[in-house]
Amino acid sequence: MIAALSFYAFAAILIASAVMVVTSRNPVHSVLFLILAFFNAAGLFLIAGAEFLAMILVIVYVGAVAVLFLFVVMMLDIDFAQLREGFQRYAPIGAVIGAILLIELFMVLATWRFAPEAATLRLNPMPSGVTNAEALGRILYTDNVFLFQACGLVLLVAMIGAIVLTLRERPGTRRQSIAEQVARAGTVSVRSVPLGAGLKEIGIARPPSPEEEEPKQVEHHHGHGGHH
Amino acid sequence: MAMGGITEMAVSLAHYLTVSAILLVLGVFGIFLNRKNVIVILMSVELILLAVNLNMVAFSSALGDLTGQVFTMFILTVAAAEAAIGLAIVVIYFRNRGTIEVEDISTLKG
Repeated sequence: MIAALSFYAFAAILIASAVMVVTSRNPVHSVLFLILAFFNAAGLFLIAGAEFLAMILVIVYVGAVAVLFLFVVMMLDIDFAQLREGFQRYAPIGAVIGAILLIELFMVLATWRFAPEAATLRLNPMPSGVTNAEALGRILYTDNVFLFQACGLVLLVAMIGAIVLTLRERPGTRRQSIAEQVARAGTVSVRSVPLGAGLKEIGIARPPSPEEEEPKQVEHHHGHGGHH
Repeated sequence: MAMGGITEMAVSLAHYLTVSAILLVLGVFGIFLNRKNVIVILMSVELILLAVNLNMVAFSSALGDLTGQVFTMFILTVAAAEAAIGLAIVVIYFRNRGTIEVEDISTLKG
């Protein structure tokens, strides 16, 4: 009873927030409703008995993916009003295609049935007496270990790809050139210098770097202030 | 719908399938509705993947088979990777062109 009631509550909020995601005027609101949708989907997962996936959904989706969306939406300076120009124009065709898809899905839903031997065909029956996370771990690290490694590879490639795509060398930024420092020819020595003397006056010259310019002479022609 | 002696759930499988069907249709509708805003399109794709995950978990729970939950984890992984790459592409596209209108992305003449 409690489970059914909370299922209806979670499902209703999930669908309502999904509607708000796609129809909201402000993309920041869209992301926030997406986060709400993920929370409610996690609730549905909990009711279905998949506690570990519910927690993963909250941690990975709400904590990482949705925040990533939020960062990008807020970082890009976009005129969102202009992006919504074709909103009314595309709504009818979207509604028609969505309605067709929904009708087809309900037709499938009304006619399908489990095969009679479905209960005997289970690949990894749920063990009794262990938690959901432990049961998942038992099959994830044994039978599906290669798929698990492939997932890690997918994440690695995505990480490298995202870095490679967004990294850029901006001209004019100062950064350490380690190769140049290591390849320095001159040795470093300690000298006793008189007080109050500049480096140029006592002849300690740093090795000239190619792009270094002469310091600009400060002009003193007209004196200070503007009262003349 | 015949359950065929499969494990009983607190909420029937049909409820879950209905919710995820509606969610998937909303995702597809969102792609049509926000034809220009690629960020909302990515969010709609996330909704579609969430609907798929909900289906997987519901079937896994109804059948008493953990394989569906394992696959849900893999789908979550791929969805996270997709979101990261997609948003990176959006960022560099915005950096180069100053807009993210999908209809302008025709440089490749695809």
